[in-house]
Amino acid sequence: MNTPTEPTTLRAWLLAETPTSRRQARAASWYQGWLTLRSNPLTMIGLIILVFIIVCAILAPVLATHDPFAQNLGERLKPPGFDGHIFGTDSLGRDIYSRLLYGARISIYIVLLVAMVAPLLGLIIGTVAGYAGGWADVVLMRITDIFLAFPRLVLALAFVAALGAGIENAVLAISLTAWPPYARIARAETLTIRNSDFIAAIRLQGAGPMRIVTRHIWPLCISSLVIRVTLDMAGIILTAAGLGFLGLGAQPPSPEWGAMISEGRKYLLDYWWVATIPGLAIFAISLAFNLLGDGMRDVLDPKGGQ
Amino acid sequence: MTLAIEISDLTVWFGEGAARSNAVRQVSLSIGEGESFGLVGESGSGKSTVLRAITGLVPSWSGSMRIMNRPLGAKRDRTFYKQVQMVFQDPYASLHPRMTVDAVLSEALKLHGFGDIDNRIDRLLEDVGLGKGFRFRYPHQLSGGQRQRVAIARALAPEPRILLLDEPTSALDVSVQAEILNLLTDLRAERGLTYLMVSHDLGVVGHMCGQVAVMQTGEMVELLGVEDMRAMKATHPYTKHLLDSSLRSVR
Repeated sequence: MNTPTEPTTLRAWLLAETPTSRRQARAASWYQGWLTLRSNPLTMIGLIILVFIIVCAILAPVLATHDPFAQNLGERLKPPGFDGHIFGTDSLGRDIYSRLLYGARISIYIVLLVAMVAPLLGLIIGTVAGYAGGWADVVLMRITDIFLAFPRLVLALAFVAALGAGIENAVLAISLTAWPPYARIARAETLTIRNSDFIAAIRLQGAGPMRIVTRHIWPLCISSLVIRVTLDMAGIILTAAGLGFLGLGAQPPSPEWGAMISEGRKYLLDYWWVATIPGLAIFAISLAFNLLGDGMRDVLDPKGGQ
Repeated sequence: MTLAIEISDLTVWFGEGAARSNAVRQVSLSIGEGESFGLVGESGSGKSTVLRAITGLVPSWSGSMRIMNRPLGAKRDRTFYKQVQMVFQDPYASLHPRMTVDAVLSEALKLHGFGDIDNRIDRLLEDVGLGKGFRFRYPHQLSGGQRQRVAIARALAPEPRILLLDEPTSALDVSVQAEILNLLTDLRAERGLTYLMVSHDLGVVGHMCGQVAVMQTGEMVELLGVEDMRAMKATHPYTKHLLDSSLRSVR
């Protein structure tokens, strides 16, 4: 038996063969994941873009050159680079660059809220249905099927129309339309896990269904959900932008990216930058999430490697 | 001597109506406290199903089962889980892939209401021949034999009286098999445990058990002492065939 030697560097401590505390074991497994993530260059590009956008959103008041809501009708529809307007101005003379920075806050806010609500709902419904089986499974999965049967944007439109326009309602509507696929994944994972020996073993220790589902099944479902959520983020942003574009998401004068494209489309041929620049921003954040999601699959997939 | 396990007319089935198939038919056996009992037979003969019926992992059975003179009903209670524990066949499938050895053992100890968990975990690891160095490892950092030791430690955590062993060594290579079998023998001697062991390997059963029951297609065809088995004094043709073929494989 090798005795644990006193590690000298942080890296050695993280990569130690025999961790000596719970904290070290957990940190080491996170570090292994980080090393896998880092070895994929495309993932790192996605991560860098994302970090960049998040930093921009946090530092928006510092980085912005103008007030995003200040109108200046004398300088409307000026091209990029005109008189300190890096990306030009829109139809009301507002600085597009500053609006873009503040718009990042809204996008990230939407993404975070949806990412917290939809997967959690799907996880609870899916694992309960999968573990309980029988009637609970039939009822919960038919409800899931009903939600799955509608096209996402149409259902979101119906919800927003019923609840009233606005970002919060858009988030709620997107979450309500986004959970069914997560419930399906969680249920499928649960069905493969529930009959495995380690679940039988913990049942024989006297663990109840609540503990088994939350402590033993959830940790194994979460990885496939995280992958799916990151890959879906692009779709969520596009849906949010789509709702904004249709006038049912963020309301003017909010600098939400979809709403900015919607305003710019009237001038698309003559003043291309008004719609194109927020479009590029949506493209960048969607791409970043997709790249990151791909890398997350390598790190988190419980079936791969290890 | 009191009986640790008493089973009479146990029938276990899967499916209902026309799809019903009986995996175990009319099996009766009794094991005294401190004894070691082997259940042998080929794959699909229902030997593992007997264990799963005892532990309540298969719900559809008839007949009667008594553990330590307490009859078993449809549900198992805390007393049962404290008295009876099981070691599974495949150590690669019986440990949660995202839990460290420490997490596995401390959860078992907490579920049974033990205090002083830190010391108990160290002692359990010591008992199964693993040092403290293994405490914070994940299953993928362990070999098959080490995993099976962890599984045994988990089964020992509630300080049970009876261990159900479901082919505990069949997934391991031969030298590791011997280590695990010796560990199990030592633990039984130290703690006065009762073993009910399922195996398809007559050599393993002959090494571990005092009494052997032979199962074929869900029925128990013969019950014989290990001395009789070694002396090849089987009466049922299937048992003779089994003994004969296992001898031939050695020669």
